[in-house]
Amino acid sequence: MSEMINEKVTASPPASAVEAASVEIPAYMPRQTLGQLLRGDLGFLPVLLTLVVIAIFFQIASGGFFLLPRNLSNLVGQIATFAVDSLAVTLVLLLGEIDLSVASVGTLGAVVMGVVSARLGFPAWAAITIAIAAGALVGCINGLFRAVLLLPSFIVTLAAFIGYTGLLLFLLNGQATLIINDPAINGIAGSPYSFLPWYLGIGLPTLAVVLYIGGILLDQVNRRRAGLRTKPFWQLIAQIVAVVVVVEGAVVLFESYLGVPYSTAILFFLILLFWLILTKTPFGRHIYAVGGNAEAARRAGINVAGIRIAAFTLCSTLAVVGGILGASRETAVSSQVDPLLLLQAIGAAVIGGVSLFGGRGSVWNIVLGALIIGSLINGLALLNGTQATAEMLEGAVLLLAVTVDAVVRRAQARSGR
Amino acid sequence: MADNFTSAAAEMQQPPVGEPRLRLKGINKSFGAVRALTDVDFEVYEGEVVGLVGDNGAGKSTLIKAIAGVGPPDSGEIFLEGQPVKITGPQVATHLGIETVYQDLALCDNLDVVANLFLGREERSSVRSLSEIHMEQRTLQVLRTLDVKIPSVRTPVMSLSGGQRQSIAVAKSILRNAKVVLLDEPTAALGVAQTRQVLHMIRRLRDQGLAIVVISHNLADVFEVVDRVIVLRLGKRVATFDVKSTTPERVVSAITGAEFGALMEANGDGTAGGVE
Repeated sequence: MSEMINEKVTASPPASAVEAASVEIPAYMPRQTLGQLLRGDLGFLPVLLTLVVIAIFFQIASGGFFLLPRNLSNLVGQIATFAVDSLAVTLVLLLGEIDLSVASVGTLGAVVMGVVSARLGFPAWAAITIAIAAGALVGCINGLFRAVLLLPSFIVTLAAFIGYTGLLLFLLNGQATLIINDPAINGIAGSPYSFLPWYLGIGLPTLAVVLYIGGILLDQVNRRRAGLRTKPFWQLIAQIVAVVVVVEGAVVLFESYLGVPYSTAILFFLILLFWLILTKTPFGRHIYAVGGNAEAARRAGINVAGIRIAAFTLCSTLAVVGGILGASRETAVSSQVDPLLLLQAIGAAVIGGVSLFGGRGSVWNIVLGALIIGSLINGLALLNGTQATAEMLEGAVLLLAVTVDAVVRRAQARSGR
Repeated sequence: MADNFTSAAAEMQQPPVGEPRLRLKGINKSFGAVRALTDVDFEVYEGEVVGLVGDNGAGKSTLIKAIAGVGPPDSGEIFLEGQPVKITGPQVATHLGIETVYQDLALCDNLDVVANLFLGREERSSVRSLSEIHMEQRTLQVLRTLDVKIPSVRTPVMSLSGGQRQSIAVAKSILRNAKVVLLDEPTAALGVAQTRQVLHMIRRLRDQGLAIVVISHNLADVFEVVDRVIVLRLGKRVATFDVKSTTPERVVSAITGAEFGALMEANGDGTAGGVE
């Protein structure tokens, strides 16, 4: 490690670095103002600041209860369902589309699972598989209408929202609540035992962090060898330190109560998976490309219709995963689609910084957005706040986030010359 | 008529020897009752920049669309390096090595320079993930051959200037080993310095032996960078000039159809001007 660092400082640039230098002229970059930085790499800072302010407020107002590991563990359990839905809808938002059917498709998936498991007596794995397959089918249909028939996704998914809400009532056959008794399904998020054992709860996140650090160091070495420009050393260190502090801090927090909940582990596994897909594969690159400029993507030979169908399919599939987590947490499925679920899912993504206009945002944005919404719900409940207050505040925060998104977009269009 | 004229023009040229890189013969295209192109011939040689000029509605775009495969002609023949080809769609054109750079449609603003250059043809490593390092190296190479200067190949295209964006769009075609590059109004909406940048880049492209067609309204730019000017008027090719031996005034006359007689005389004194 230290040898490598020394080498980095002392070694003269290899021959090909001269080549890079003849193309990349930093002076051609207009000096970045703070505002521009906030629109770019540091775009998450205002969101983080908002979260910190909210946390401090509730910590004081609740007399020190809000930030206790017990409450935070509970909070993270509360957000898992809509955070997974938020991840789902992010895939579609990145294309500049919208999916209004996530909540109803998620609930439909939970109902399918419940019916297959409780009424037909299938084992848990079969019920879950069938539910997820149903989600994929439903999403594929949405995608076909959008991509092949070129209908606006708003209308297609609105129709899907209404239609599937009806379909799940039909499947439940008039029953208002279907109790799930399968211990395996309830074990996912609903029981006191739904926590990773401590060695996994500490081991898995730490492994992920080690792989991440190894990855960026390897990348740095490879770039240097290839004569490409490398990040400044302090930036690399700052990045590593930030990741270690955040991840291990969260692990310590969870382990000081009951451990890492399964639902949280599933959420972060999915976020990690889709982060890799979106940033490291051609498929992910094409999603951003279609969201940025569909016509340019088409001219570059990208199968735009295929990308759209895939995104809608993945969205509904993930929505069902969210629905299953929700059903497991409540150990029941309700015939009523939670009216706030859809707004929380889209809200978490947009508040976190995923653009409604497509092509901009990372799946990690969801974590911050979901924590903000989750904190509002949880904190106001602690203060005996009413549902009314919570919803009004959520609405205000969402509006603020969309405003920031639109203003940033316009500012970028101006500076784009 | 057109044939006489074309051969006369070809004799005048320094680079045009032998077979043109791209040759169109007797291209016709109608939109309903409107004849957009009437029996148009067109040719561009390797290492040559041809300016395609004409007033609005003269048929420039229609001709370019025919070459780019966006709007195939009703009749006529197209030869690429002497071989007859049928360009039935944009993909076919790209496959043949004919790249079209449109004014503002080619780039994804949210992606960085490397991602834009390799869009749709990303290089993958063994585990099917993107091999970013190699793509970045290739990007630097290509941009260096075009003498393009940008802050970083990892900046989103959105934050680049108009000239830089145009350069990136053109660089895409180099990366695909294009044989013929069509540039649609490459300097429209650009500032003075940026225009200079793009014209400089077009010269670098020519030096690499590509055949380049520039459509432009800006005759000053045309005269600065092209070798030959082909003038369309009302769907017909009405004149061809060697820029070394003509003036912008003559080209304007040919575009507007004014000074008909004067132009005929111009032919007599040995310049490569011509009127059908």
